[in-house]
Amino acid sequence: MLSFIGRSTIQKIVTLFFVSVVSFLVIYLAPGKPSQVDPLNPKFTPEMVERFRKQFHLDQPLYVQYALYYRDLFTGKTVSWKDNQPVLKKIWERFKNSLWLFIVGTVLTWTLSFPVGIRSAIFRGGWYDRSTTFLSYLLISIPGFFFAYILIIVVVNTFHVPVIGMETFGLGEPPWYRWLMDRTWHLLLPSVLGATGGIAILSRYVRSQMLEVEGQDYVRTARAKGVPEEQVHYKHALRNALLPFVTMFGLILPGLIGGSVIIESIFSWPGMGRMAYEAILARDYPVILTVNFISAVLVLAGTFISDVLYMVVDPRIRL
Amino acid sequence: MTERETEPRVRPGEMEKPPVPKESRFREMWRLLKRNRLAFCGLVIFVLFFVTAFAGRLLTYGTKPIFNPGQVRLQEKLRPPLSLPNLETLTPEQVPRLERYLFGTDNLGRDVFARMMQGAWVSLTVGFVAVGIAVLIGIALGGIAGYFGQTLVRVDQILTALFLLVGGGLTAVGARFWGGVLLLAGIASIMIALTWGRQWRRGAGATWKKVLFTGFLSIDTLIMRFVDIMLCFPSFFLILTVVALLPASIYNIMIVIGLTSWEGTARFVRAEFLSLREQDFVTAARALGVGNGRIIFRHMIPNAVAPVLVSATIGIATAILTEAGLSFLGLGVPPPDATWGNVLSDGKDYIFDAPWLTFIPGFAILLVVLSFNLFGEGLRDVLNPKLRKRS
Repeated sequence: MLSFIGRSTIQKIVTLFFVSVVSFLVIYLAPGKPSQVDPLNPKFTPEMVERFRKQFHLDQPLYVQYALYYRDLFTGKTVSWKDNQPVLKKIWERFKNSLWLFIVGTVLTWTLSFPVGIRSAIFRGGWYDRSTTFLSYLLISIPGFFFAYILIIVVVNTFHVPVIGMETFGLGEPPWYRWLMDRTWHLLLPSVLGATGGIAILSRYVRSQMLEVEGQDYVRTARAKGVPEEQVHYKHALRNALLPFVTMFGLILPGLIGGSVIIESIFSWPGMGRMAYEAILARDYPVILTVNFISAVLVLAGTFISDVLYMVVDPRIRL
Repeated sequence: MTERETEPRVRPGEMEKPPVPKESRFREMWRLLKRNRLAFCGLVIFVLFFVTAFAGRLLTYGTKPIFNPGQVRLQEKLRPPLSLPNLETLTPEQVPRLERYLFGTDNLGRDVFARMMQGAWVSLTVGFVAVGIAVLIGIALGGIAGYFGQTLVRVDQILTALFLLVGGGLTAVGARFWGGVLLLAGIASIMIALTWGRQWRRGAGATWKKVLFTGFLSIDTLIMRFVDIMLCFPSFFLILTVVALLPASIYNIMIVIGLTSWEGTARFVRAEFLSLREQDFVTAARALGVGNGRIIFRHMIPNAVAPVLVSATIGIATAILTEAGLSFLGLGVPPPDATWGNVLSDGKDYIFDAPWLTFIPGFAILLVVLSFNLFGEGLRDVLNPKLRKRS
């Protein structure tokens, strides 16, 4: 166990180093220069460009820029090229907004997909199973932006509530219950949209896991010795089917930072995804690289956590 | 067994023919597919989409297209579907071909039907080319990792590759001098390896020479760590970054989607190859003196292709969705060409006045992606040998 943790930590650090190199190269070697983002702006005189290049070390060779950038990142001094704000502070502010979407979306995904998946596994081949199968394919296939507009039309036309943004603009100082309702309405649609794909995929996965366990010998034995059906499903089968899902707790970690660009743009939600998108359009390299680096760290940490959890939960696994 | 016994005895001197299966593989698959109603519907929509896309390619491109997707008619803005054009205000070339706006017109009075036809071709090519690239890379890297995986890469080979790569990169960026030096160093190290490699590896000479030629990493580790690195990038974000930084063009989008989605295929193929390599028919082929290339292409790839086919079908669906998402964000195919994503994106400002501008492309994308997903899942069942025996 300890040797596994040591080995995999070293491996992950090496991977992280290469990720940092590759992302740096991809962004810096792409055609176009960040200092020329706005060639029509009359304020951008050649002297300005020169000062800009000097200030952000753009006149140095590439490997020096790489070293400087990561030194700044680890000492927390990276600043955005657009507004000179510290990048980590910017990300933290946007992250707090995205976190709400993430929490509500995750809770929805995990609470809905288990009952649906278990029920369709128990009544395999019945109308419930077939309709949820079709529904989940539908939800996987629907483009998020299209579904967003359908939901907006439905909700706005039936409930007459505003849904764009994080809160209604110009509400002033409403009593707390109105504020809460307002926030909830604004939060509901984007998080439901964020959860749809997850619900569809996870419920299918729950179903197939359940079916696999239901075919095992010990389930047949339990049935044969006269254990009530309820107990067979929920005590014998479900508990064993749950094993692989423990590892998924690690794998949802990257979702923390990968807020959906499209959904956040549609709902004008000031979250991570939109910040990254704006940074890409503005060629704000420090922000892009930092977001990329943090998400790589989260992916690696997620796989690490899921491996360790799997070993803890399932004694048959030896890594 | 009983059937075999009732067969007439083979006369001496006549070669015994191998028993012929009752139906061909393809017919069996077809029968299984027809039983799976959802997958069959998927296949039908899939074929219809193909026909539409090819028709779109023929009818909407060229200097005098039959359906002109770019024809602006400002006096006929936002006409609902099936409405008749107001013939008095239109010049002859502005009259829509079918004398009717089948899917309505958009905010510039362009015929949505023609734009959808054109968009079908874009979606189709983006999906197929991107997945084609991904599958090729995936099979190549996964196959190498699975088949030659245990071979060790020597230190000198890694150094050479590094020299050539960094040198080439530097030359491309503009640092000609250092790039050239590194390229020369790379070539020199190839020469050294060719001339003295064998002696040094055997242990003649100083220790550093031996170290230079010892195996260091297996190819499998190298490739799979590369896959891990690629998986660390959030894919849509990476695609977005590259597409935004590169000049907008449909080819860039195809290539970028392809280059960022091959990891799954590589893993599948590697796993298949690892298990196939140990099987008896491969050992038999090797014992007969069949070369590596023939073993890989004739014996192993046909056996490993089923999961790849399934993931490719579903990958096409994902690629179409990604392209639509990029077009929706305004980073997709540049404007004169219509795609379903940018028809929808243009229409979203009129969602309450002209809902068809949102719903027609939206449902088109939904249907096509759904059909690919359903067909892919059906294919998984059909190609699964366990299910085949049971029927």
